[in-house]
Amino acid sequence: MEDDAPVIYGLEFQARALTPQTAETDAIRFLVGTQSLRYDNQIHIIDFDDENNIINKNVLLHQVGEIWHISTSPADKGILATCYNKTSDTKVMTCAAVWRMPKELESGSHESPDDSSSNTQTLELLCHLDNTAHGNMACVMWEPMGDGKKIISLADNNILLWDLQESSTKAVLDPREAQKMHKVWIESAEETTVNISVYRFEVTCQQIVRTLPQLSSSTALEGKGQLKFTSGRWSPHHNCTQIATANDTTVRGWDTRSMRQIYCIENAHGQLVRDLDFNPNKQYYLASCGDDCKVKFWDTRNVTEPVKTLEEHSHWVWNVRYNHSHDQLILTGSSDSRVILSNMVSISSEPFGHMVDDDELSDQEDQHQEDKIKEPLQDSVIATYEEHEDSVYAVEWSSADPWLFASLSYDGRLVINRVPRALKYHILL
Amino acid sequence: MAAVTTGSGAGSGAAGSPEATGGSTGGGGWRRPHGPLQRYYGPSTAEAAEAPPDPTDINGPHFDPEVFMNKVRSECPLGQLLAREAALGREIRALDSDMQTLLYENYNKFISATDTIRKMKVDFRHMEAEMDDLAANMAAISASSARVSAALQDRHRRGAQLAGVQALLRKLQALVEVPGRLRRWAGTEPARALRCHARARAVLRHYRHLPSFRAIEDESHAIMADLAQRLRTRLREETLDPKELIECVEMLLQLEEPAEELSEEFLSQAGARLEAELAALEAELPAADPSGTATTPPPPASDILDFVDRGSSAFVGTLCQLAGSYRALFGGDTGRLEPFAAALATRYFALLERRLALERGLGDTSLLVRALDRFHRRLRALLELLPAGADAAAALVARAARERVDRYLRALQTFFLGCLGDVRQALAAPRPPGKEGPGLPELLAQLAASVLGQLKAVLAYVQLFTARDIAFASLPYFKGEFCVTAVREGLVVAFVRWLCRTARGFVDGPAERGAPAAPPALLLLLARLCLDYENSTISYILTLTDEQFPPQDSGPAVTPGPALCAEARAAAQRLLDHYVQVQGAAVAQMLRKSVETRDWLGTVEPRNVRAVMKRVVEDITAIDVQVGQLFEEGVRRAQSSDSSRRAFSVYSSSRAPGRYAPSYTPSAPMDTHLLSNIQKLFSERIDIFSPVEFNKVSVLTGIIKISLKTLLECVRLRTLGRFGLQQVQVDGHYLQLYLWRFASDERVVQGLLDEVAASAAHRCLDPVPMEHSVVELICERG
Repeated sequence: MEDDAPVIYGLEFQARALTPQTAETDAIRFLVGTQSLRYDNQIHIIDFDDENNIINKNVLLHQVGEIWHISTSPADKGILATCYNKTSDTKVMTCAAVWRMPKELESGSHESPDDSSSNTQTLELLCHLDNTAHGNMACVMWEPMGDGKKIISLADNNILLWDLQESSTKAVLDPREAQKMHKVWIESAEETTVNISVYRFEVTCQQIVRTLPQLSSSTALEGKGQLKFTSGRWSPHHNCTQIATANDTTVRGWDTRSMRQIYCIENAHGQLVRDLDFNPNKQYYLASCGDDCKVKFWDTRNVTEPVKTLEEHSHWVWNVRYNHSHDQLILTGSSDSRVILSNMVSISSEPFGHMVDDDELSDQEDQHQEDKIKEPLQDSVIATYEEHEDSVYAVEWSSADPWLFASLSYDGRLVINRVPRALKYHILL
Repeated sequence: MAAVTTGSGAGSGAAGSPEATGGSTGGGGWRRPHGPLQRYYGPSTAEAAEAPPDPTDINGPHFDPEVFMNKVRSECPLGQLLAREAALGREIRALDSDMQTLLYENYNKFISATDTIRKMKVDFRHMEAEMDDLAANMAAISASSARVSAALQDRHRRGAQLAGVQALLRKLQALVEVPGRLRRWAGTEPARALRCHARARAVLRHYRHLPSFRAIEDESHAIMADLAQRLRTRLREETLDPKELIECVEMLLQLEEPAEELSEEFLSQAGARLEAELAALEAELPAADPSGTATTPPPPASDILDFVDRGSSAFVGTLCQLAGSYRALFGGDTGRLEPFAAALATRYFALLERRLALERGLGDTSLLVRALDRFHRRLRALLELLPAGADAAAALVARAARERVDRYLRALQTFFLGCLGDVRQALAAPRPPGKEGPGLPELLAQLAASVLGQLKAVLAYVQLFTARDIAFASLPYFKGEFCVTAVREGLVVAFVRWLCRTARGFVDGPAERGAPAAPPALLLLLARLCLDYENSTISYILTLTDEQFPPQDSGPAVTPGPALCAEARAAAQRLLDHYVQVQGAAVAQMLRKSVETRDWLGTVEPRNVRAVMKRVVEDITAIDVQVGQLFEEGVRRAQSSDSSRRAFSVYSSSRAPGRYAPSYTPSAPMDTHLLSNIQKLFSERIDIFSPVEFNKVSVLTGIIKISLKTLLECVRLRTLGRFGLQQVQVDGHYLQLYLWRFASDERVVQGLLDEVAASAAHRCLDPVPMEHSVVELICERG
């Protein structure tokens, strides 16, 4: 059983932002945001026809700036959020906005006429997440399994929780300034159409003193040792009340109700932490990756030592993703231009090793064969994908097909790969 | 015939004549001295047949005068004839006189014989009469003798009877005296009393049906019982010398006390005695601390040799004596003795073990070895009695040896850690400016030498255990297993393994989280140390060990040298990789911060190379020096002749600007990627954090790769203005100028810097590159 060859799609521009269309559970669809300083940026909606191994694309214009992060609503296929750079002559500001794509593109791969350059469609701005007071947006997270009303964005050293109203067309953040710095405080601002709750707080109580000068004057961010969130994930467990963020070498967990820190993994990595992901099936398990080329797995109840460490990449690991259904499958992308699929059976929710009653049913011959296949797999690297020529900044599992994933390298190459069949059947059977 | 007789009669007298005739007869002369006699008394037929009759032989039997005469006459001249005639005449006369003399003598003898016979006839007649007389007298004597003896017989019998009665009476007297004697001796000389009683006992028992004897017997019995009683009390109550004890029990045995009971008594007495000795030994040991070794016990009063000496002379000696006499007393039945002795021996072993456990320090190994040796020798005597103890004793010695070896291993480890601490201190010590501290090679040599020296010293100490004059060294354990398992595996291999593990510990250990990381120089030093171990030291140590402790052929499997070498090499590799990562990360961190914190949009036109770049070059130069102290140069890929002059970045003035421009024209947006992709097709993929080789160039290349890749990734995260791009250009050129010489393949540096430049151009809002000549000028200015 030959594995299908990877499918490669090339974008004209450099790209970093990749996301599956989270709300779509039937079709395999990824969204890619491009980075170009001189041309209008685009969002490519890439449909993958699994049967025929064909890619269909639709291009949306994203004229406000180059896209650094993209995420899609878990409830509405048509809604997505981007973090983009707004560039003026002397200043670069990363902003975030929520958009709606044209209805006809929401679902189904309409054969768009190939003259995409002339006939590209534009996104409809739903609301702009105003961050002028909070700094550059690092990423936008949607509440997992929610109704697409709550999002959290990370802006420099702020965590902002937004509440979107159904009819929102515009979002303006108007936080009431003041209050003391060392206290967590909550503000709510209300306008005619949008309700936005803003939680803003210091990174930790201990670090308040250090961060104070930067916070008090938001223009002087460029200084020594600023603390910026680099990445974050919203935990699907605990009623979606927890998020985890990464800044510098530290990983922190927050409770979104109290907005207090619930755990902190100091020095989670030797160098910068680049990305995080929650195990979708085990509520306390968390994966992180970073500039020390390692991927680490943590039990958030005991953060003194990682549960497991992978050292397979030869440069920074930018992305780590758990498979949504089979959490032993770990996907990592790195600037060594490789994508690595690992099988972490020992710390997954799957029972380690196989149960005996499986074997009892099958007849002798089958059993013999099965025994060979079903030997409990060890934690191992399943495959290393080397289709990329440049640094891989994003890897994502498809939301529709748990055996399929996409990876995006800086040169704009999107590669769609599948989990090897042997492993797939081993897991399924 | 007459001639024959004459010839024979004159045989001896006429010795001269045959010689004379022999001269004339020639070949037929005397061959043997007894020839003539033999010939006379009958020559053997064979000889007769062999020698034809010679009629000319004057002495021969076939002498024919006629032939002789004819022969003589015809052969001899006249003179000779006359001489012969005269000679013959002399001869004949001599023979005649001889014959006369003989005849006369024989006649005389015959006459005297006749006289003697006549005289004898007369004498015998006298003798017969005297003989008859003698016979008559003898008969008379015998008759009177018979009469006398018949007369005395009766008296004689009576005398004999009386003598018998007297002996009996004396015996009776003795018997009667027995109780008295017994009583007298029982107090003072029980042994004599016993002998006395033993003699009397049989008689008394035999005549016990007679009342008087019975009385005596009863009395003596009572006395003996009393004696037995006293002996038993003594046995039970007093503490006796082993000798006294043996005597006592021996006597009791003679008194026919039950052996079973006695042996029990004996053992309990002996036990008490031995217990006392054990207690004396135990008193020397500090009280057993059940809570473990919370408090360090004070050093024992006497050294181990002394302890063992006393233990063996007192306890083992006594035990042997007692066991020997037990066997003598109670015969071969050792069913009771063995468990008894075994229990005591076990306790003794336990005590000794406790004492050995007190030998915490490394102290004097020779003392320990001698002590163990003495213990083992002394114990041999006991072991003959108690074969089961042999294993226990051997195991004890082996354990002690093993324990000592383990302790040496720990000491070695402590020593190594101490050395490492020294090295760390030397590395960390602030150096006065201008004066270099001890260089890395010196530190390494010092470390390696002191560790090796220590290891050798330890091996020398351990070798004492297998010295030839040590008794237990001939045990199979010490010949085989000790050498291999304890020394080679347990000490040498374990130490090398531990060393590698410790070295690796600096990499895998807590360095990442919390605890202070090892200084990079230490990593480098350890990497070199491990590499040296792999190259030479391990095989040297193993050879040394195998020489000093020759392994048995059938012994347990040993760790082969290559496996250890591989371990050391892996450790070295890990350390060096880590060194590269640490140093690379340090440089990379610097670059990252410098890129992240700068405002690339609002920057002014570059006039200088940024200070951080100079710092990077300085740091890498310093690393180059550091690595160069310990590692070889390594090989570089051949360089093109104009390598140093090669223009940095695709923006170089030598290139037509138009060649790069198309990527920014909307008409062909794909070209850039095509271009860069095609470029990449022809360049190898560069692994950034990849294992390095053991040479300077490779290490430096690794560090430079990490640094430049970081620069690339960081630049990609920024948005640059025109001057920002130009600054990157300047910085890149500067790096290119100074870094290529460190890398094994200059193209790697070039490729990475090209990518940095390309990325910077992509990330630039207004990509107007600086004139290459200006860039060069700025860089040259410093």
